[in-house]
Amino acid sequence: MSTAAEAGSAEVSRAERIEYLLRLADTSLVAGQRLGELLGHGPTLEEDLALGNISLDLIGQARLLLALAGRIEDKGRDEDALAFRRDAPQFRNMSLAEQPNEDFAATIVRQCLLDAWQLETYESLTGSREEALADIAHKAVKECRYHWRFSAGWLVRLGDGTEESHARVSAALGALWRFTDELLTPDALDAHMAVCGIGPAPGLIRERWDARVSAVLAEAKLQKPPHQHYPWHGKRGVHSEHLGHLLTEMQFLPRTYPGVTW
Amino acid sequence: MVEAARPEGADGRERQIWRVLESVADPEIPVVNIVELGIVRQVRAGADGRLRVRITPTYSGCPATEVIARSIRETLDQSGCADVMLETVLWPPWSSQWLSDSGRRKLEAFGIAVERGEPGQVACPRCASHQVECISEFGSTPCKAHYRCRECFEPFDTFKCL
Repeated sequence: MSTAAEAGSAEVSRAERIEYLLRLADTSLVAGQRLGELLGHGPTLEEDLALGNISLDLIGQARLLLALAGRIEDKGRDEDALAFRRDAPQFRNMSLAEQPNEDFAATIVRQCLLDAWQLETYESLTGSREEALADIAHKAVKECRYHWRFSAGWLVRLGDGTEESHARVSAALGALWRFTDELLTPDALDAHMAVCGIGPAPGLIRERWDARVSAVLAEAKLQKPPHQHYPWHGKRGVHSEHLGHLLTEMQFLPRTYPGVTW
Repeated sequence: MVEAARPEGADGRERQIWRVLESVADPEIPVVNIVELGIVRQVRAGADGRLRVRITPTYSGCPATEVIARSIRETLDQSGCADVMLETVLWPPWSSQWLSDSGRRKLEAFGIAVERGEPGQVACPRCASHQVECISEFGSTPCKAHYRCRECFEPFDTFKCL
């Protein structure tokens, strides 16, 4: 991140740093929980294990990020408090992450689009001025490379597979593409984080994500859908109905039995 | 090959702590200890003079991380090292390059292959053939992938290159 070293003079508030971390943390957490729903339901044993392992990595990243947000907030909230005792409007995940699993094609398309975003974002965040975030990014980027290899590999197999697999993956791509604009369009907070040397330079992620995703779509013999500007604002706390249902399941135990431990 | 972070010139107390740490087995692959896995990064005195053990997780989501930290704490306490502090650090991120040579040999003897250098550079732990194929990028734990030997048909776990 070339801008990080030069930037850094702009003021950044504690609230802004937390808000930015929650976007990253909640995207990982919600995506991890979605994949966790497939445990025991994967199409084959290998894919079941793979999706479960990716889910674990994502939840692990979310824990590190939420713990960091809690430390910066300094009000005694740890990663569990942030994961289990916030409601949907307080979640800052990208809308793409909360979309349902549907069939295996939709799960793979969602994961692939998200993996590409996480990979490029964490790669760039390894140079963040928020040092603890840079440390997490160094770790996460290695894991995301593995996730991408898995999801991109499957995208190619499904896209360049049978008539049915191609039809299903094309349909999923068409349905989920509208959520990608939110990942790639910086809002005021993203832009401010870039100026402060914390987040990636505006436009950088779109450029790299687009190159990465376009290449894999071509290999998978899939048509890239036209750009859709769709005003999703998951990262500002405005969510689709799916997040509430996901949280109901994820938060049931700690909400019903507060303070319960293993 | 990067060896474990154990320094040559460690003094008596530090050497003792390294030995104690070598008695802590990985909970999921008990043939190797946590020093051989490269999880222990440093044993060093802080500014206050107290010794600190620095450990790092393999994968962010590895469920063994907490079990490992707990068993290190218990082992230190039982070995007269209750004053030694335990810290978890993320930087630099864990790498399979930190696996020691003895750790590699033990894993291979146990039937777990270890990727050499690049992903996919794997030899069958049973017949040493390089005619192997990846069945799944993800195996029974986050750090392993699943392979099969095309020569002897042995299915086996492989420690991933990260």
